[in-house]
Amino acid sequence: MPVITYRDALGAAIREEMQRDDRVFLMGEEVAVYQGAYKVSKGFLQEFGEMRVVDTPITELGFAGVGVGAAMVGLRPVIEFMTWNFALLALDQVVNAAAKMLYMSGGQFKIPIVFRGPNGAALQLSAQHSQAWESWLAHIPGLKVIAPGTPYDAKGLLKSAIRDDNPVCVLEGEMLYNTKGEVPDEEYLIPLGKADLKRQGEHCSIITHGKMVLVAMQAADQLAKEGINIDVVDLRTIRPMDVEAIGESVKKTNRAVVLEEGWEICGVGAQVVDYIQRDCFDYLDAPVIRVHQADTPMPYAKGLERAAKPDLPKAIAAVRKVMYLD
Amino acid sequence: MATKVFMEALSPTMEEGRLVKWLKNEGDAVKSGEALAEVETDKAIMELVARGDGILRKRLINEGDTAPVGTLAGVIATADENIDALVAGAAPAGAPAAAAPAAPQPAAASSVPTRPEESQGEASTPPQQRAAAAPPVPPAAPAAPAPAPAAQGDVRSSPLARRLASERGLDLNSVQGSGPNGRIIKRDIEAAAAAGAAAPRAAASAAPSGPAIPREGDFHDEPLSQIRKTIAKRLGESIGPIPTFYLTAEFDLSRVMEMRKAMAELGDQFKVSVNDVLLKATAVALSQHPEVNAHWLGDKIRYHNRVHLGMAVATDDGLIVPVIWDADRKRMSEISREAKELAKRARERKLRPEEFTGSTFSVSNLGMFGIDQFTAIINPPEAGILAIGTSEEKLVVVNGEPVVRNRVRVTMSCDHRIIDGAVGAKFLQTLRRLIENPLMLVY
Repeated sequence: MPVITYRDALGAAIREEMQRDDRVFLMGEEVAVYQGAYKVSKGFLQEFGEMRVVDTPITELGFAGVGVGAAMVGLRPVIEFMTWNFALLALDQVVNAAAKMLYMSGGQFKIPIVFRGPNGAALQLSAQHSQAWESWLAHIPGLKVIAPGTPYDAKGLLKSAIRDDNPVCVLEGEMLYNTKGEVPDEEYLIPLGKADLKRQGEHCSIITHGKMVLVAMQAADQLAKEGINIDVVDLRTIRPMDVEAIGESVKKTNRAVVLEEGWEICGVGAQVVDYIQRDCFDYLDAPVIRVHQADTPMPYAKGLERAAKPDLPKAIAAVRKVMYLD
Repeated sequence: MATKVFMEALSPTMEEGRLVKWLKNEGDAVKSGEALAEVETDKAIMELVARGDGILRKRLINEGDTAPVGTLAGVIATADENIDALVAGAAPAGAPAAAAPAAPQPAAASSVPTRPEESQGEASTPPQQRAAAAPPVPPAAPAAPAPAPAAQGDVRSSPLARRLASERGLDLNSVQGSGPNGRIIKRDIEAAAAAGAAAPRAAASAAPSGPAIPREGDFHDEPLSQIRKTIAKRLGESIGPIPTFYLTAEFDLSRVMEMRKAMAELGDQFKVSVNDVLLKATAVALSQHPEVNAHWLGDKIRYHNRVHLGMAVATDDGLIVPVIWDADRKRMSEISREAKELAKRARERKLRPEEFTGSTFSVSNLGMFGIDQFTAIINPPEAGILAIGTSEEKLVVVNGEPVVRNRVRVTMSCDHRIIDGAVGAKFLQTLRRLIENPLMLVY
């Protein structure tokens, strides 16, 4: 099976969908002539032309709104945000227009739109450019939110997102774009709302998504050397969340660590823990522990940034704690 | 941070304990692991140890008093730590409970957390400081007659552990927790179940109402000792629900006697008793009859691969059954030494819990009392027990001639749910072969 980057997996997903359906088009800052700020749309302008690969001014609210309008009249826009930090300006269109239109029009207007871009912290981009937005977006009824952690999941999920008739927010990662993984040549789709058990183990579950899947897998590798076998549940979709997969894993292991990039308060992990206490109460042998970013704006200084981010040592420490080993 | 001292479950079946003697005074410095008091459990006198460092600030159970497992027995804290709230949660030993004040106190008083170490608030103020900062009003019980959380509330357990305990009919009070703050977790339930320790719950006790009115002076009442209570409970459970039948056989001991004589002639260190030979033979027979070396677990039968032989020992306080682990694999000399040692320490009440739990089959010998034969009561969940009578010379017929032979009568009580008549009989057949040909025991 070919090994390609996360970046190319996303590009392949959009290209295949644009080839398959001429209502699909890509719009955003630097997507055409510059071929994408992160080169996801490399070669798109030449292949599809400027009607379907559209450069916009630096006006997130404006082009998000154009996208919603286009979706209302039957097109299937893919809107690229240079990062989700900039998409904050577009949230009115995402939350008040895209998410609500089907409901407020009494079902007359479907909004088959994809909003995508990198999410969370990269390296030393400081407080305003290092934020993980999934809990903000997943809070909103009417939105679907996905956070693929591998090239395979990125391609399969993005294709499903483009074919979905609802607005889907795709949370990618600057640090993920260069990661590589096996992606088959033949077409495949990954359904939204389905978690993936990335690794099987009977001692403790790590429930995670997006970039933190890589951290969870490393933690599982290290802990396996001590004889601790981890069930790694990759949510893949934050909303709708695969509650069954969470329950199945926790009922097996009786212990869980919830790992995410974002902040603690009202984070995605809080929702996961709520599902666990509702569905798995009688199966818990220890309180669930969360690993997340420190409750502070992301520091610029390298050492402080490292201290603030969730990482491998913190994930391992959490597992040991939940196993009552420390 | 203060450490609470609880009446702990010091034996697997202990539900309450009598505090025999405090080994530390209030004000003494104590270290984690140091003995604080002697506690009489249902089986032995054990040491209750400190679970934290500090000063033993308060003793909450009087010497001689009995308290359920989980009762707060004392508080270890630093010298200046305020422990009022902790102590107030327990009924102080020998002191009447503080009466509720007539006039309602300011709201602040009732908001003093009664268990400050568990406060879930923001960590801006350490909980113990918050407790200390509260007005020095005696923390009164809430006006509403809320039932004070009894000992039960102090047995911490995970939801999973509670579910498993309830599925297996284990009483959490009889399980020792190994999680944080003594929390009972899954592994503790599994360990307890494996030890066959915790007794099934709530055997209904119907007291027959006898019409006879005894006269003054006909009797004297004696309170039940812990060990007597346990015997009553365990054996009552046994004779009630266990469909028992009995098989009796008489074995010839001629060759055992010859062997003993020959061994004794080699020197004192080679002396073995008839009982030692019988224990060894029983263990070897069990290893050949796993269908008898079994436990009844309610929904399944557990057949043991190892033979741990329980041997009933009479003590001044009552019966106890120490265990010779892997008795089938031990040499006669080891069994002899171990049996002597266990019996001695049983009589001194110095057995450790692991020395009187885990038996897979038991033997009871009343031969030394001149009992010809008797039936013993099965020690649940075991499948059977062997009752050994006295060995004595008897006139028996061999090849049509009357001869004098040493003989012993054994009676096996069998749980018919596990063992059928023929199965028990075959076991006794093997045992007869071994005892009548004791050289097989050294093979």
